[in-house]
Amino acid sequence: MNDKKIRVLVAKPGLDGHDRGAKVIAAALRDAGMEVIYTGLHQTPEKIAATALQEDVDVVALSVLSGAHMTLFPRVVDLLQESGMTDVLVTGGGIIPAEDAETLQAKGVGRLFGPGTATTDAVEYIRAWFTDRGVGRSTE
Amino acid sequence: MRQVLDDPMDAGAELKAELERRRRALAEVEEALRQWEASAADTPQREDSDFSTVSGREIRPVYTPLDRQAFDYTRDLGMPGEYPFTRGPYATMYRTRLWTKRLFSGFATAEETNERYKFLLARGQTGLSVAFDFPTLMGYDSDDPLCEGEVGKCGVAISSLADMETLFDGIPLDKVSVSMTINGPAIMLYCFLLVAAEKQGVGSDQVRGTIQNDILKEYMAQHAWIFPPRPALKVITDIFEWSSSHAPLFNTISISGYHIREAGATAVQELAYTLKNGFTYVEEGIRRGLDVDEFAPRLSFFWDVHNDFFEEVAKFRAGRRIWARHMKEIYGAQRPESWRLRTHAQTAGVTLTAQQPHNNIVRVAYQALAAVLGGTQSLHTNAMDETLALPTEAAVRIALRTQQILAFETGIPNTIDPLAGSYFVETLTDEMERDAEAIFSEIDELGGVVEGIENGYFQARIASAASRFQKEVETGRQTIVGVNEFLEDDEAEIEILRIDESAGESQRERLAKLRDERDQAAVDASLEKLGAAASNDQNLMPPMLDAVRAYATLGEIRSTLVNVYGRFKEPVAF
Amino acid sequence: MTDSAGAPPLTQPLQDLLARFEAGEPFALARSISLVEDQAEGFESLLHALHDRLGRARRLGITGPPGAGKSTLTSALARLLRDAGETVGIIAVDPSSPFTGGALLGDRVRMDELATEPGIFIRSMASRGSHGGLSATTREAADLMDAFGFDRIILETVGVGQSELEIASQADTTVVVLVPESGDGIQAMKAGLMEVADLFVVNKADRPGADRLKKEIGIVNSLRTGGPQASVPAHHGVDLSRKSRPTPPPEPIEAWDPPVLMSVASSGEGLPELAAEVDRHHAWLRATGSLQSRRAAAAAEHARIVLERAVTRRGAEAWRAWIEEVGDDAGLAGRSPYETARILTARICRDAQ
Repeated sequence: MNDKKIRVLVAKPGLDGHDRGAKVIAAALRDAGMEVIYTGLHQTPEKIAATALQEDVDVVALSVLSGAHMTLFPRVVDLLQESGMTDVLVTGGGIIPAEDAETLQAKGVGRLFGPGTATTDAVEYIRAWFTDRGVGRSTE
Repeated sequence: MRQVLDDPMDAGAELKAELERRRRALAEVEEALRQWEASAADTPQREDSDFSTVSGREIRPVYTPLDRQAFDYTRDLGMPGEYPFTRGPYATMYRTRLWTKRLFSGFATAEETNERYKFLLARGQTGLSVAFDFPTLMGYDSDDPLCEGEVGKCGVAISSLADMETLFDGIPLDKVSVSMTINGPAIMLYCFLLVAAEKQGVGSDQVRGTIQNDILKEYMAQHAWIFPPRPALKVITDIFEWSSSHAPLFNTISISGYHIREAGATAVQELAYTLKNGFTYVEEGIRRGLDVDEFAPRLSFFWDVHNDFFEEVAKFRAGRRIWARHMKEIYGAQRPESWRLRTHAQTAGVTLTAQQPHNNIVRVAYQALAAVLGGTQSLHTNAMDETLALPTEAAVRIALRTQQILAFETGIPNTIDPLAGSYFVETLTDEMERDAEAIFSEIDELGGVVEGIENGYFQARIASAASRFQKEVETGRQTIVGVNEFLEDDEAEIEILRIDESAGESQRERLAKLRDERDQAAVDASLEKLGAAASNDQNLMPPMLDAVRAYATLGEIRSTLVNVYGRFKEPVAF
Repeated sequence: MTDSAGAPPLTQPLQDLLARFEAGEPFALARSISLVEDQAEGFESLLHALHDRLGRARRLGITGPPGAGKSTLTSALARLLRDAGETVGIIAVDPSSPFTGGALLGDRVRMDELATEPGIFIRSMASRGSHGGLSATTREAADLMDAFGFDRIILETVGVGQSELEIASQADTTVVVLVPESGDGIQAMKAGLMEVADLFVVNKADRPGADRLKKEIGIVNSLRTGGPQASVPAHHGVDLSRKSRPTPPPEPIEAWDPPVLMSVASSGEGLPELAAEVDRHHAWLRATGSLQSRRAAAAAEHARIVLERAVTRRGAEAWRAWIEEVGDDAGLAGRSPYETARILTARICRDAQ
């Protein structure tokens, strides 16, 4: 009887307005059968964390092309932890040098997708993560 | 011709014979084409290949005189520098003056960028092109909490007149032309520049340069907006009105297709949406009571140059023809300067790949070639590493050299519009014009550009074109070298430029100092006047200049106007 | 062991969740809504455990055609209510794709400034087109918000299709939002919007055609209710006031004539008036006893859906067990489907005892 759907928050933190990537990935995740909550541009980490909590999403996907990824990703991860969202995957993409991506992964961020990534890669990554975590989420 | 005069009857027969000859020649071509098609039908074509353009336009294997039967040289092309300007906005084009090699730059603080500018000017560059950081592009002060992590990252941070004075310290603003890529807060940055010049003793009538100031495409694509479309258009018209008498050397707008295309639009969408935006500004000016021939010559354009070579050339050519026809026939402009479309171009950033980044040098070179064959007036070539970070100096140098090789080694600038007369290129040019006109009608049916923005029409069209393209790449219908084909396991790493967080820190300190030292009462009074002018629908330029003189900051001016005009919220469109 | 009402006991994790819910942790509310949406193990027991806390919140449905500005209106109204000291829960429902089952939920873009507002909780829901009924799921999500202690709950849905209208109409007050370009009042009537409306809002009233639309709604509405004097409350469900009409009440019950308001939600224009009319409608509901009768009708309807859901679930279980039992096609082909169903119904009844 369990109809668990994968719920993903696709958000654009920061001030850059380049939402092509965010919209393409949002549409691709929807087409892959996921429920995508799209919040629009210029989101603060605080808004993103509050939204993730209220929407009880499984995944937070951030798109950052402004160079502020080293500030924004860790902030979102910290805020989610603080609000008790410990089983959420924070992933994303943008113009993020490999070295920065490694640093971020060490801080609890998932895989980050650079320019030219196939949306199917992101879809498969999220599905695999979801299966690994198990559908029976903790209720605490 | 002599015979015609001598004997009209003979001339009639002659004409008839000539027509018959032409008819027969065409019939021969038709027959040849039919036979060619029949034999080509048996020849297998490359499998998995798509013979349409990157924008999805079907391309036939061969074009012939049959496609050009309705062609009329004078009507459709004319000479370079003549109506309808298909062959170029100037009579002698690159034989008189090569395109301007314009590379824009800006990073970190005004102080650091000022040093870079002085370095560039010392090496013969005559114009400067300013790239701002995201907080400035959105109209926020560097010390606004929203801006954390973004100050100075993708351009220079300018929060007040003081920063602008530092940016151009020791750079004479009556000699150097300044191009500023700024839209939402264009009027603020324009005023910063004018007052910075004033402080150097340079009057507004001597300041040369360009502000992008194209807010309509911000709603469609780039999203650096502040106010809703209607007040934003009002502010732009204020700039037109004030500048036509006070800053006649300044280009008050650069109507941009670049960002529309980069957001995923097709070539013809870029063409049509951009020109329609241009017409909308013209209509606003006319509605204000301005003489179209007073401000139209100051309008300029900005195209993207994408991968599909011939489609891009045709886009430049069709754009000039459409603009000329509409300006003359619909808006009643009298001066040829109002009819001719002048353009800047930038190679498509979106085509750069993070994979095998050196390949980007080649992509940029082909795109630059298309822009030059399309007759651009200035060109920015992207550096190969721009999909990874802000470009390094070495990468910028290659981008510049790409243009110099094109200008000085290939011989291409020697003849004007060399692709004219090509069955294919002319047909493509006609098709793009026709398709653009169809899109104009669609927009008119919606009620115009502003309504289309408010309904999310443009945003939805662009997003769906972007999704279509992405799908084509993922299904392999569209090949991207190094991304979905010809991959390498071991990719060469390239060095990238890193901007640290120190710009944010020093900007916050500078602003604190400024707020401390300025005359706060004067700032408050000037902002109050500005707010009143906005409420009373007066031209904002004079009170804005006063607020800037009092060192009101970008963010303070922004909030003052937001209180009157409100903010824009994006329609949700996928 | 089952408690007095027959619901199975809560598992330990659900008991923990309940404790956190009762302690007022937004996380617990969010996760509880997910359990309801997913119809996860034990979700009905959780709802049952919270049932006594229901009934305090006032529920408002907002519906209308796509592009009418419902999200903007919802956002502006929530802001207004919040500024007046009330807490607000919002449920925004958007359709799932019938092909992939996925959904793009974008209502929050318009509610952006409420995202971090304490006392406001927004939940986007996809219609999922699932068994059990969308209106039951949204109702249960709203019940959770009610139990959590929100003063107001706003249910926002696109007014196309029966189930969306049902969601809006289970509220105490239903607002139908139209815009000048969304077509005329007659189209709205065809879409079934007129029947559910307690209030009409002509949004984007600064656009041409707003006054005309207002007039049309008025005309269509008076035709439907049999003229402005007709004393039939324009609503659905069990209507107790109607039954009692032959004997005149001590004070004559004034009929509710759905007013037509004008607004420009993006600038907040007309919102205070809307809030006032919602209050007036609520006062009318109380004064006439309609609030109680409406809620009773909605509760009865909800119980029916929960029953159907249970029966469907048991039916599916019995059917699956039987298929395994008979195994091959031969066993299936031998009997008429009616006989099979009769046997299985009997088994279900026996098992339920």
